[in-house]
Amino acid sequence: MVALIIAIIASTLRLATPLIFASIGGVFTERSGVVNLALEGIMIMGAFAGILSMKFVDNPWIAVLFAMFVGVLTSLILGVLAIHGKADQVIAGTAINMLAASLSAYLLEMFWHRSGQTDPMRNTLTQNPDIFKPLEQIPVIGDLFRGLNPFVYLALLTVAVAYYVIFKTPFGLRIRAVGEHPRAADTVGINVYKIRYICVSISGALAGLAGASMSLGTISLFREGMTSGKGFIAIAAMIFGKWHPVGALLACLFFGFCESININAATLGLSSVPQEFLAMIPYIATILALAGVVGKAVAPKASGQPYEKDRR
Amino acid sequence: MARTQENKMKILVDNIKFPLLSIFLAFIVGSVFILMTGNSPLNAYGALFGGSLGSMSRFGETLLKTTPLIFTGLSVAFAFRCGLFNIGAEGQFVMGSLFTVASAYIFRDLPGFLLIPVILACGAIGGGIWAAIPGFLKAKFGIHEVIVTIMLNYVSLFLSNFFVRTSLNPSNLQGTEVKAYSVMLLEKARLPLLSDIAPVFGSSSAHVGIFIAIFCAILVWFVLFKTTFGYEIRSVGNNPYGAEYGGISVAKNIISAMVVSGMLAGLAGATVVSGLTFKVDQASATPQYGFTGIAVALVGKNHPLGVLASALLFGILSNGARKMQIAGIPQEVVGIIQGVIIIFIAGEVILRYLPEFFKKLKTKKEVA
Repeated sequence: MVALIIAIIASTLRLATPLIFASIGGVFTERSGVVNLALEGIMIMGAFAGILSMKFVDNPWIAVLFAMFVGVLTSLILGVLAIHGKADQVIAGTAINMLAASLSAYLLEMFWHRSGQTDPMRNTLTQNPDIFKPLEQIPVIGDLFRGLNPFVYLALLTVAVAYYVIFKTPFGLRIRAVGEHPRAADTVGINVYKIRYICVSISGALAGLAGASMSLGTISLFREGMTSGKGFIAIAAMIFGKWHPVGALLACLFFGFCESININAATLGLSSVPQEFLAMIPYIATILALAGVVGKAVAPKASGQPYEKDRR
Repeated sequence: MARTQENKMKILVDNIKFPLLSIFLAFIVGSVFILMTGNSPLNAYGALFGGSLGSMSRFGETLLKTTPLIFTGLSVAFAFRCGLFNIGAEGQFVMGSLFTVASAYIFRDLPGFLLIPVILACGAIGGGIWAAIPGFLKAKFGIHEVIVTIMLNYVSLFLSNFFVRTSLNPSNLQGTEVKAYSVMLLEKARLPLLSDIAPVFGSSSAHVGIFIAIFCAILVWFVLFKTTFGYEIRSVGNNPYGAEYGGISVAKNIISAMVVSGMLAGLAGATVVSGLTFKVDQASATPQYGFTGIAVALVGKNHPLGVLASALLFGILSNGARKMQIAGIPQEVVGIIQGVIIIFIAGEVILRYLPEFFKKLKTKKEVA
C-alpha cells in the first residue's frame, strides 16, 4: 500500500513537471498582458530541439539549454505579432501551434529520414541526479526520490523563483503594472514593450524547458504530437491557480495526479472502468475547474490587449 | 449609387489583398524549406498543383478534400462573427461523425432517400450538442470558449473511441470478431459519387457532399447578412455591450452561434462518414479538419464566400501534399505553408505598415 502511494506521488510529480514549467511561463506572459496560447507549440519545439541537440552533442544539459533557446526563438514570433503587430493573440498563438507541429515533423524527417518518432537517445536525464542520491537512503520515502528526474527539482525551484521575482522584486512590480494598466506604467517611465518582450521570452524559455522535460526526462526520444495538449492544460492550470505561481503549482499537481491515477488504474483496481473514461479525467477536470471551483477568477486587466502607445 | 458601388469594390479589394499577399509570402517561405531538402521549389509546387488540378479525377480528389474544409471553415467563421473563437470544430467534427454512424445503424430500415437526410441531420445535431457546452459555459459563467473547446476536443476523441470499441463495434452489433472500427454504413446510406453523375470525374471518390457544402455556404451568407438572427449575431460580435444596450441578448446569441457553428462542423463529420469513410475508426488523434478550418476561416476573412475560395486553396494544398511526398519532398512543407499563412494574416498590421515603413526608410536615407 505504502509502495503504491509512493509510486503515485512520484508519478504525479513527474507528470506535473512539464505542466509546471509551462504554466509558470504562462503566468509571466499573462501578468505582463500577453495571452500565450502558443505554449503547446513552443513545448513541441523544445521537446524536439532537446533530442536534436543530443544527436550532435552528447551532453543533456547543453540539450536542455538548446531547447530553452529554441523556445525563446519560437515565442518571439508571438512577441512580435502580439506586441508590435498588435495581432489577435489567440489567433497568433494558434498559428504558432500549427506551424510548430509541422516544423518539428519536417525537421524530424530531415534529420532522421522518417516520420513518427526519432531514435531513442542514451545518456538523457531520466534518473534521479547524483547529488540527490543520498535521499534515496531515507527509510519509507526514499523510494519516492528514486522515481524522480532532475526536472522535477528544477520545476519546484522555478516556482519559488517565479514567486520571488513577480512579487518581491521591482522588476516583478513592473510586470504586474504593465499587465494591469500599461498606460499608467508607461507614464511613470516603464517601457511597456520591453517588459512584454522579456516576459514572452521567459515563457518561451520555460515552455522550451517543459518540452525538454518530456523528451529528455521521460521517453528519451521525440514523437510527433507527444505534448498531446499539455500546453493547453498548463494554461488551464494557470487560470485555475489564479495567475499565481503557487496556485499554478497546486493546479499542475492536481492535473498530474489525475493522469497518474489513469496510468495506475490497473493496480488501483479500477480496471473495470473503461480506459477511455480514465483518459478523459484531466480534460474534464479542467473544464469543471474553470466552471465551478475557480469562482470569479480575475485575469490581469490588460491581458490580451495590444498596447498602442499613441492612442488616448 | 455609383459611389457605394465604388466603396464596395474598395472594401472587396482591401479584403482580398492581404490574404493573397499572405499566401504569396507563405509560398516563398515554403520554397526555402523545399530548397533545404535539396529539391527545386518549382518542381515541388509543380507536383503540388499538378497533383491536385492536373486532371478531372485529380480535381475530383481535391473537391473531396475541400468539402469538409468548407464546413469547418464556415463553422469557425460563423462563431468568429459572434466574437467567439471555436477551436472545437475538431471535436464537433468527431461527434458529428459518431452520431452519423450511430444513426445510420439505428435508422437502417429507412429507405435511402430518407436515410441520408436523417443521418446528415443527426451528424449536425451531434456537433451542435457538443458546441452547446462551451456556448453555455461562456454565456452563463463567462468561461473563455478557447480552453473549453480544446479540452472537449480530447474528450470527444476518447468518447468516440469508447463507443467504437464497445456499443458501435461490429462485434457487438453483427457478431463478428472485435474490429478497430465501427459498423459500416449500408450502401443506401452513402452519398452518391460525383462520377455517377458526371463520368468525367473518373476514378476519384468525390461525392455530392460538395454541393451540400456550397449550399450551406450560401445559406450561412443569407442568415448572417439578410436575417435578424444574423444581424444580432454580428452585433454581439462587434460590440457586446452595444448589442445588450440595444436589447439583444448576448447570452442567447452566444449559445445559438456556438450551436450553429457546431452543427456546421458536425455536418463536416457527417459528409466525411457518409461520403468517404463509411465508418469511424478508433484513433489516437483527431483528424485535423477542424484546425484547418480555422485557417480556412481566417484566409476567407470570415465571409462565407471567402471561405469557399480558401477551402478550395486548402483542399488543393492537402491533396497536392501527398503528390509532393511521392516526389520526395516531405509533405510537412504544406503544413508549414499553412501555418505561415495564418501568421501573416494574424500579423496583417505588420504587412499593412510595411510600405509605409519602407517609405520612411527611404526618406531617412535621403535626409542622410
